[in-house]
Amino acid sequence: MSLALILGIAFWLGAWATNTLVAGRPFGRTLAGRIFVPVLFGITLLVLWEALVRAFAVPTVILPAPSAIAGKFAESTGLLWADFVQTVLKGALSGFVIGTGAAFLAAVACDRVPFLRDGLLPVGNFVAALPIVGLAPILVMWFGFGWQSKAAVVVAMVFFPMLINVVAGLQASERMQRDLMATWGASYWQALWKLRLPAAMPFVFNGLKIAASLALIGAIVAEYFGSPVVGMGFRISTAVGVLNIELVWAEIAVAALAGSAFYGLIALAEKAVTFWHPSQRT
Amino acid sequence: MKRALPVLTVLIGIVVIWYAAAVWMNSTWVYDQAERAGTTVSFAEMVPQTMEQARPLLPPPHQVGAELWKGLFGQAVTSKRSLVYHGFVTFRGTMMGFGLGIIAGVLLAMAIVRFRVMDMSVMPWAIISQTVPIVALAPMILVVSNQLGIQGREVPKAIIAAYLSFFPVLVSMVKGLRSPDQMQLDLLKTYGAGEGETFLKLRLPASMPYFFASLKVAVAAALVGTIVGELPTGAVEGLGARMLLGSQYGEPLITWAALFASAILAGMLILMVGLTERLVAQKMGVRA
Repeated sequence: MSLALILGIAFWLGAWATNTLVAGRPFGRTLAGRIFVPVLFGITLLVLWEALVRAFAVPTVILPAPSAIAGKFAESTGLLWADFVQTVLKGALSGFVIGTGAAFLAAVACDRVPFLRDGLLPVGNFVAALPIVGLAPILVMWFGFGWQSKAAVVVAMVFFPMLINVVAGLQASERMQRDLMATWGASYWQALWKLRLPAAMPFVFNGLKIAASLALIGAIVAEYFGSPVVGMGFRISTAVGVLNIELVWAEIAVAALAGSAFYGLIALAEKAVTFWHPSQRT
Repeated sequence: MKRALPVLTVLIGIVVIWYAAAVWMNSTWVYDQAERAGTTVSFAEMVPQTMEQARPLLPPPHQVGAELWKGLFGQAVTSKRSLVYHGFVTFRGTMMGFGLGIIAGVLLAMAIVRFRVMDMSVMPWAIISQTVPIVALAPMILVVSNQLGIQGREVPKAIIAAYLSFFPVLVSMVKGLRSPDQMQLDLLKTYGAGEGETFLKLRLPASMPYFFASLKVAVAAALVGTIVGELPTGAVEGLGARMLLGSQYGEPLITWAALFASAILAGMLILMVGLTERLVAQKMGVRA
């Protein structure tokens, strides 16, 4: 048993005891406590990972230590940034905006024409469960290797999950509320703007959250089928090929950060927009 | 019938748009051919030629249907060209990942409901884990399992599928295990039930509707995970590998047929979960 392993396990036990203590105390119910506990848990995982890699001298090819990954990350920030811009900002984000925007408009159209809704919703429900990501090779063939094909894959992936959520959301207002709007002589668009869209917001944000994680998946997978010599998916597949595993993990860290930041931004916007919803009350 | 009419209309609409798009997208090739041959083609001559190309940009529905039929029923089931065979490989991977995901999700949910410290430390990371694009990890998982001496692609595929499918199960089970209200919990306490008995007789049965609702999401996620696991990792078997093959050899028909085969597989999986749900509900005495 090496020193690293002993230190790692000691840290683990200490952190565990601290977390158990904090969770049971009033401090654990405050905001600081609710941030402290998961952060300590995350740090513990990293420390254990580092300790295990050092103690058992795990080859880098299998699993590099977090410190090695961090070193690689710091050393290749320029490269990582270029990949980030190509994949996340150009591919995923543009596809996300187009896809969710189109789904939103389609949902309003569905809402206006019940016949369309009855027809499109069952189809949409089914399509949302399909592995749309399989379209990636076809769309790359159509739109070329640039970021446009990645955006197209993302549009195809996010459209139906978003559509279902918005359609469900537009039906979320209550009968009584809609009747009230009618007694006030509100037109369709007024009722939509003042009552039904705000009522739909929790569903809209749910759809946006699902779409956010799908968007990154789509943009990265599409790059496995052909890309210019920049992009996260491209970098990962080539770096794996030459066993530059630290770089792969650094890309994964970027993907994780981008995904979490994307999700976090949507969650923040949700908090600001749907402050009235029971799930947001503390 | 009243409910089928709108759906049929939409489906017919999709097919019509598809044919129109096929004519439009494939016409370029026809015109190119004609120009090279030094002839001109009229619109009426062009349309039939867009329907029967060997390597169409967008194959029209009947070509995809024919290819799908050939793949499903035109070969021996054990043939490497049979979509039934590849579908079964993908199905096996999906089921392994789905099973792993259910086990992981349920166990984690049990721990989270039981221990407050687990709830506080694990739950935020479970959410973050889903914002990490797993596909970034797919080639990685394959290399690592190769280095560890695991042969074949079953295990890495199952890990990716499990990673995607455990989350819906976890979230729903946490909700479900917490769904019994205080009154019911108090009743069991007055009966002198211990923690284990409360779990088995109250919490677990109460969580079943949540459980099955999450399974439908999880099984679709597991299928996506398996196909993604077959795409970039150079697999030779499975529907994902067929899609990749079609794209690499410039045979769009193969890709399209594999895509539709995976859609059929997805439908079958969801149907299967639905049937299981009904069976369990019947056994538990839920009135329909």
